[in-house]
Amino acid sequence: MITQYLFYFLTFVAIFSALLVVFSKNPIYSALYLIVTFFATAGHYFLLNAQFLAAVHVIVYAGAIMVLFIYVIMMLNLNKEVEPHKSTMLKVAATVCGGVLGLVLVAGLRETELTALSEYSNPSIGLIERLGNVLFGTYMVPFEISAVLFLSAMVGAVFLSKKTIH
Amino acid sequence: MQLTNRSKQVADTKMTWVERIYLPAIFKGMMITISHFFKKKVTYQYPEQKRDIAPVYRGQHVLKRDDHGAERCTACGLCAVACPAEAITMVAEERKKGDEKHYREEKYAGIYEINMLRCIFCGLCEEACPKEAIFLTDRIVPTTFHREDYIYGKDRLVEKMDERIDVSVRQTQNLANFKKNSEYAHNKLK
Amino acid sequence: MLPIEIIYKIILILAVFTVTLVVAMYSTYAERKVAGFIQDRYGPNRAGPFGIFQPLADGLKMFTKQEFIPDSSDKQLFVLGPSLAMLTACMTGVVIPWGGDITIGDKIVKLQITDINIGILYLLGVVSVGVYGIMIGGWASNNKYSLLGALRASSQMISYEIALGLALISLIMMTGTLSLGEIVRQQDEGLANVVYQPLGFLIFLICAFAETNRAPFDLPESENELIGGYHTEYSSMKLGFYLFAEYINMFISSALIASLYFGGYNFPFQHSLGLEGNMLSMVQTFVFFMKVFFFIFFYMWVRWTLPRFRFDQLMNLGWKTLIPLAILNMFITGIVIGYKNGFFNF
Repeated sequence: MITQYLFYFLTFVAIFSALLVVFSKNPIYSALYLIVTFFATAGHYFLLNAQFLAAVHVIVYAGAIMVLFIYVIMMLNLNKEVEPHKSTMLKVAATVCGGVLGLVLVAGLRETELTALSEYSNPSIGLIERLGNVLFGTYMVPFEISAVLFLSAMVGAVFLSKKTIH
Repeated sequence: MQLTNRSKQVADTKMTWVERIYLPAIFKGMMITISHFFKKKVTYQYPEQKRDIAPVYRGQHVLKRDDHGAERCTACGLCAVACPAEAITMVAEERKKGDEKHYREEKYAGIYEINMLRCIFCGLCEEACPKEAIFLTDRIVPTTFHREDYIYGKDRLVEKMDERIDVSVRQTQNLANFKKNSEYAHNKLK
Repeated sequence: MLPIEIIYKIILILAVFTVTLVVAMYSTYAERKVAGFIQDRYGPNRAGPFGIFQPLADGLKMFTKQEFIPDSSDKQLFVLGPSLAMLTACMTGVVIPWGGDITIGDKIVKLQITDINIGILYLLGVVSVGVYGIMIGGWASNNKYSLLGALRASSQMISYEIALGLALISLIMMTGTLSLGEIVRQQDEGLANVVYQPLGFLIFLICAFAETNRAPFDLPESENELIGGYHTEYSSMKLGFYLFAEYINMFISSALIASLYFGGYNFPFQHSLGLEGNMLSMVQTFVFFMKVFFFIFFYMWVRWTLPRFRFDQLMNLGWKTLIPLAILNMFITGIVIGYKNGFFNF
């Protein structure tokens, strides 16, 4: 029962702050509301008994990525109207892109059957031991490949940041 | 020129590996600071424990009375002229009949003020005084919160009859001898 | 009627909270005393015997000072900053095991608020969120020095979090658990972890200094270049919150270092003393606090010894020295564990 109320509360917080991300005029407020959204999402993970995922979600998204976002926003000059005027073409393109994304989401969700979570009662699901066994057992190869992907992205970032490129 | 034997020759050479990890140097520094932890403290616990002051220390002024209790000052203004900080102000008045007990000379200072914020405690007023009236003492001027409180009038400068202030402590032998000269004879009691 | 476990938990939470605040309060006093003694002075000794009421006087001063919010600042965020700093500082204490099991009536309970199985990750998460208090406060002040302090704080904390996490990974590989209670229990059976992980300990220690913004890594608040850094515009108890959060962080990180690397509440020969049950737990808690106090003293000792880093030196140390060293430490740990498990026996 408490779980259900918590779920509604977290969902409300998540959606409300997600809307505020879009509607806030000040970019720093947008970023802060995004952090609130991340925390609400992490709370959802907790409700699903995926503690590891929740912790990593907070560490990576709220703790690292958003810090870098805010880091950049803090350096912006927010006093001036620096926002360039968007052309009508751009607005139309943005609407179409957003619409397509929405279409894909609706299409994807329409086919999903809402089955009762049979494994929900299993308390050890989503625990770090389970996750480790799955990641380093069944999904060993995709896991390693994604690691290589991250490494290549890192090398690329280092390469781009070098000043002495001729 | 070598002042101490603790000076160290510095060289801009490349640091060795041990020097570059800094940990030995940090350890050394930590040992130095912890050794100070147990050293004798140099603090004087002020109100209870006072430092000795120099014998010629120049502190808050006093306007002396003579042995009969009459004010010595005759408001000649030499101290105000001598004062490099222009801290001394005075207004002279004539001694009325019957006031001989209170004022030694026929002219006396009706108002005598020293601005302790301007005063630099050089002691030139003391040297200029022909009547041995003003002296600097070993007392410290207390601090207050208002500027007006630093303008000391006669109420705080003239010594009280019942608590005479001994100024002989910080008078050097030289000065004492000098004041025995015949030109100061008028200061002696008649 | 509440079950006894819940009453016990509430009492424990209140106790931990109180102890944290009192220790942080007296850390400010200890800091000034240690600074004084190291500099051949006495430190505060006027308020009460040996000046032990100094923290109360300081607190009173903080509370009665003028509450000032700059006109050009972002009001809500200006208040949010110190609140967040204090909140995240207080949240970290819940996973630390303060002592062994104690028996109340017929129930055996732990001296730990919660022993979640992702304890270390929880700590990393809270620490990584902790930087927001400084960032938001620094930005909302609308002052260039505050902003510079906030930028420094965020980049410093993000950089050192990586090395901190990597140093912890070697420890986790060795112990095989993320629960702090379990890590401490394992050190009861074997030696303290610092024996197996000296390099990891050193990296963790350095990163802990950087994460708590303590000297020699106190660049975000370096008073001689940034006036006061992120808290330049703060006054009254909002400033007090920032300063207090720093001392709480110091206390918690000392407790962490003691738990992770120095055996937590365990001490040598504890089972051959003839003490049992609650008596042993009390001695263990005492020993744990002694360890924690030593590390708090160590923090202060370092602060009054080492000069501050320059910012490029700080970044070089973090990215070019500590992270490679932490990865090396991880490799060595992995190889040793593999060797022990017979991975190399072909």
